[in-house]
Amino acid sequence: MADFRFSDIDQQILDKVVEVGNSTTAHTRYYEDHEHETPPARLEGERGFEEVFPMFGQRQPDDTPMMTFMMAVSIARGSASGVVRGLGLAMPSARASGLGNAALQSAGTPEQKAKWGDLFLAMSITEPGVGSDTKAIQTTARLDGDEWVLNGDKIFVTDGVKADGAIVWATIDKSAGRAGIKSFLVLKDAPGFELVRQEKKLGIRASDTAAYAFRDCRIPRDALLGGDETVPKGGGSASYRGVMKTFNMTRPAVASGGVAKARGALNFAVDALAEQGVSVDWSQSFPQRSATQQKLIELEADTEAAALTVLHAAWLSDKRKPNNLESSVCKAKGGDVCRTVTQGAMEVLGGMSVSHDHLVEKFMRDGRISDIYEGTGQIQRLIIAREILGYSSEELT
Amino acid sequence: MIDFELNDEQTMIRESLQAFAAEVLAPGARAIDEAGEVPGDIIRQGWDFGLIAAAIPEEYGGGGGERSCLTNAVVLEALGGGCASQGAAIMAPGQFVSALIDFGTDEQKAEHLPRFTGETPAAASLALQEGQFGFAAEAQRTTAARKGNGWVLNGEKRMVPLGDRAGHFLVLAAEDGAAGLEAVSAFIVPRDTAGVTVAAESGSMGLKPLPQAKVTLSEVDLPGSARLGGDAGIDAQRLINQARIGACAMAVGLSRQATDYAIPYAKERVAFGEPIAKKQSIAFMLADMHIECEAMRWMVWKAASLLEHNDPGAAKACVLAQDYVRRKSIKIADDALQIFGGHGFIRDLPLEMWLRNARTLTVLDGPVSV
Repeated sequence: MADFRFSDIDQQILDKVVEVGNSTTAHTRYYEDHEHETPPARLEGERGFEEVFPMFGQRQPDDTPMMTFMMAVSIARGSASGVVRGLGLAMPSARASGLGNAALQSAGTPEQKAKWGDLFLAMSITEPGVGSDTKAIQTTARLDGDEWVLNGDKIFVTDGVKADGAIVWATIDKSAGRAGIKSFLVLKDAPGFELVRQEKKLGIRASDTAAYAFRDCRIPRDALLGGDETVPKGGGSASYRGVMKTFNMTRPAVASGGVAKARGALNFAVDALAEQGVSVDWSQSFPQRSATQQKLIELEADTEAAALTVLHAAWLSDKRKPNNLESSVCKAKGGDVCRTVTQGAMEVLGGMSVSHDHLVEKFMRDGRISDIYEGTGQIQRLIIAREILGYSSEELT
Repeated sequence: MIDFELNDEQTMIRESLQAFAAEVLAPGARAIDEAGEVPGDIIRQGWDFGLIAAAIPEEYGGGGGERSCLTNAVVLEALGGGCASQGAAIMAPGQFVSALIDFGTDEQKAEHLPRFTGETPAAASLALQEGQFGFAAEAQRTTAARKGNGWVLNGEKRMVPLGDRAGHFLVLAAEDGAAGLEAVSAFIVPRDTAGVTVAAESGSMGLKPLPQAKVTLSEVDLPGSARLGGDAGIDAQRLINQARIGACAMAVGLSRQATDYAIPYAKERVAFGEPIAKKQSIAFMLADMHIECEAMRWMVWKAASLLEHNDPGAAKACVLAQDYVRRKSIKIADDALQIFGGHGFIRDLPLEMWLRNARTLTVLDGPVSV
């Protein structure tokens, strides 16, 4: 039966996630200013997620399904103001895991999973001239004896500095378009691999972003993810589709990161204004409100709506129902609010919101990426439009 | 626990009402809007679904089903997806009935509820709206003053749904003229009470065929038993929020209907050598319309569900849902019209009607409740 309430234990977990996430707030500004420094494993005063994990044992089996709940956890985690390690997604987990690990798990052979499953793997798709239009990828892979030889340049590799290696997209047959694109596991010690630089960014500075170069980079033949070396006629290859399936699962997670930043900025504004005696009276109707109160309501409604689309997309996944359309819906909403709500929170606070005295501006900077990576808001709208109009990717570009 | 799944009963009623909306309400909507009158046969067909009597306890002759705000939201969304005017005419008595179920004393329930369990449609109304611009439900100008064991009501209610036929009005009034929600009470007023004058409204931009009336109360003497809930009174905020979310649920259905109507047209209509749906300016409008239909629905379901459980977060969820639906549904109806260009402006097609209805549902509290 439809229900929108968290159980007591789930609410306690969510509250604890925020509490723990706030324990390093005193260090946050330092790592904004020193983005090349990786924070130590434990900062002074830091409380760990080991406080949270045992609470999961108290959850009832018939409570909110796990994927759905983890999206709520992710929103709670990302709304905290402490130092965020790893991905901007801010999913607390026992050990670090990159986007490449998700691709390996969904598209790799059992042998590949066993061999590389313990590594931290980044995902390397974007090139200097190729972003959302992934079938235009220029990096090539050529079979030479028992090795693949990769040539090309990659950018925007999330966690690419700290990762052990990356899942790299390259084409084995440029004339085949999308069907020629395969994904390869490249470890950093491969000959011909170069970590070119770490980018300096607007936000999510604790998450490193790398640029790679491949110059006759040699990797073993069995490093092709999924093992299928054929180029099918018409339609994408199995490994391409495998990776696209990954996106289908990760879009809600990335959307939750955008909602989290909206939530964090909004919470900041609500608390700060409450200290000055300005708050929303939920029993008042529209004509009775001030402009600031109305703005706070709009920001909160937008955030709540986005959060519900994220939970819905994840819930479908929990129920083993198709969620391709809904994943794009929630990613579009998460991308909207990471911009509009974080910006709006600063608007209601006025000029001092830009000051480094406060962290609200960080939510705006950190959030901004959520409408870009994992498919921009425009790409999500393209996917949604194709689906509701019944157009193929060739019919609507 | 978080769950988006309707139960079997809700799914069933949703499917049958969606079919009714598509096969009966939608095809007649345009002509009914022009005529400005909902045919009695439509109200009859709607009545036959047993929606109004479903949650009336069996002891009063009702269906004895669960009193569920979420079920009502699902019902109103489905009907709103066919024709908001006809849907409102069918469901408006539910505002009176639900309030009686929620807050009525045993005597009040026994006296009034059996009237709504028969085979013939019965009409009653919630009289909430007043004539002043910037009307706020918590600032009622209609007053109820104590007089002995009874009450004296004075004021004027506007846009009262089914005002032409309602046997009873549930009139919201500020007790002793005090401000704030705590002072808002509801009074059961038979239409033939001395001092009650009912006049037809001048007309309305939207929900045109829904009969609406101006109900004037001049020194209306009521017995003490007319106060809904007796000494306990009502939770006025909850009652008003049920009306707000009722209108929102209909607006969600209307938005989905307008979106689904615009999609095939955009694929058919050719400009500059290709369907306009293949242009991103149009395709992205449609994508946004779809996105917001989804988001609005969850906001409304959540508000309705929290209302149903009397959750402490219900008031907030209602404000958020109403704000969201107010902004998004009017935009969807407006964009749907824009996609049709000049054709959307012509009264042959339903686009301009949907825009008028969307504006109405997003500024009025009601005329239906969850």
